[in-house]
Amino acid sequence: MQKIIESTGISKKFGETEALKDISFSVNESEIFGFIGPDGAGKTTLFRIVATLLKPDKGEMKVLGMDCVTGFKELRKNIGYMPGRFSLYQDLTVEENLNFYATVFGTTVKENYDLIADIYSHIEPFKKRLTGKLSGGMKQKLALSCALIHKPKLLILDEPTTGVDAVSRSEFWTMLAKLRQHNITIIVSTPYMDEAMKCDRVALIQNGSVLSIATPQKIRDGFSSKLFMVKADEKFKLITTIRRYPQTMTAYPFGDSVHVTFTGDLIKESLIAFLDESGLKNVTVEETQAGIEDRFLELMQKPA
Amino acid sequence: MDNRVIIVKNLVKKFGNFIANDNLSFEVFKGEIFGFLGANGAGKTTAIRILSGLSSPTSGEVLVAGVDASKKPEAIKKQIGYMCQKFSLYEDLTVKENIMLYGGIYGMTKSLIKERTDDLLEKLNFREYGNKFIADLPLGLRQKLAFSVAVFHEPKIVFLDEPTGGVDPITRRQFWEMIYETAERGITVFVTTHYMDEAEYCDRISIMSEGRIVALDTPENLKKQYGADSVEEVFIKIARPN
Repeated sequence: MQKIIESTGISKKFGETEALKDISFSVNESEIFGFIGPDGAGKTTLFRIVATLLKPDKGEMKVLGMDCVTGFKELRKNIGYMPGRFSLYQDLTVEENLNFYATVFGTTVKENYDLIADIYSHIEPFKKRLTGKLSGGMKQKLALSCALIHKPKLLILDEPTTGVDAVSRSEFWTMLAKLRQHNITIIVSTPYMDEAMKCDRVALIQNGSVLSIATPQKIRDGFSSKLFMVKADEKFKLITTIRRYPQTMTAYPFGDSVHVTFTGDLIKESLIAFLDESGLKNVTVEETQAGIEDRFLELMQKPA
Repeated sequence: MDNRVIIVKNLVKKFGNFIANDNLSFEVFKGEIFGFLGANGAGKTTAIRILSGLSSPTSGEVLVAGVDASKKPEAIKKQIGYMCQKFSLYEDLTVKENIMLYGGIYGMTKSLIKERTDDLLEKLNFREYGNKFIADLPLGLRQKLAFSVAVFHEPKIVFLDEPTGGVDPITRRQFWEMIYETAERGITVFVTTHYMDEAEYCDRISIMSEGRIVALDTPENLKKQYGADSVEEVFIKIARPN
């Protein structure tokens, strides 16, 4: 099967800053491939290279079998790019924005309407409204419609869900899943670890390097020790106390609990007795499955 | 002793015919980490502007750190701190200059600012960064400093807007520990966020929809009540009426 993206040893510097260091990965057809990492990890730089807007210093980026540097003219007809900052003209109406993008790519809204129908139908009632007056969730749907209107084979979405509320985010991921039926391949970036589970495969990225590439489940399974979820009434005291327990390796706040790993086998009763003695109330200790964020933390701490 | 830091009773805020806040009532306690959630356009920003003295209620009672928001909004500003993820520090000022600026704005004396600056830099392990420009600091350090500056004048309440969005998981954890420590010192932490995993860290959360508060409880109780595994699920069930 043809690879939609093949990245080999891509590096990029801005002055002294190494934004990308030797990045290699490949993306299969109809895959939703996520790049998960914090601000400043290099996600946007990488996506700009894939979108043919930036040249790498080293390495080779092939998209749809074409080289991103030499084949950019042909490639641009076949990719849809939704940058992190909204790409829409605020002083055009919804309908005008969509028509504009269709015209630029030499097509019409009518011709590819079936592709965007699901998404655009949410905002079509407001098609005469100025784009600047739309809510964040509606702008996001319009930007996605505009990126799709020329029926690209590859869709590049740079942090599409940043600043959007949880309901709209959830709808957005449902829309992406449906695009698979149209044989569209999607690469998507996000700083939010919980969104990794919505992707077929993900790359964890930090400081310009890839930490791991696998299915979300395999990344979680990669966590190397048993993980425990410990709760008590006073969270701050719980963290500082549990770090003094001799067997504790790592202890981090995690939602309403503390995630802890231990050396050797944990004897729950002794830990609970230790915490009780320190005056903590309502202590519970349970084994739990590591999430993407737990594994990310673990990979960050490995010496390079 | 009354340990209520924020008291809101029947707060209504109208813009023309539009009711942005429709009869809100809630209380927040000393040293509590309180999450204030809602979909885009639910009325959160309007409420926070009133709580921080930037706008007045149309009717109802709002007491922030004992100050009446309709009568003395200016007096509220001295009692609160504010930090948002996108902007808090001036990038072309140094670490010390930023601290000096914010301390001055909140009416602290020069000698107190100087004394606490040394303590703060020491505590953050920041001494070597004192004369560096913010623009040259890594994101994680900026975030910690922004929070420390927001509570530098020892406010009664600190408002945080998506405090840990976009930071790496290690910094994020360290940041929540700073928040826990601050709350333990008795400062109330008022968090607004779109990210429900941030809500999981709060002691109690409220969820707004169409100008009203539709849920208010601990994350654990809300999850039980709605049979959900996460606050995100709870939110999706109730934050939008349709």
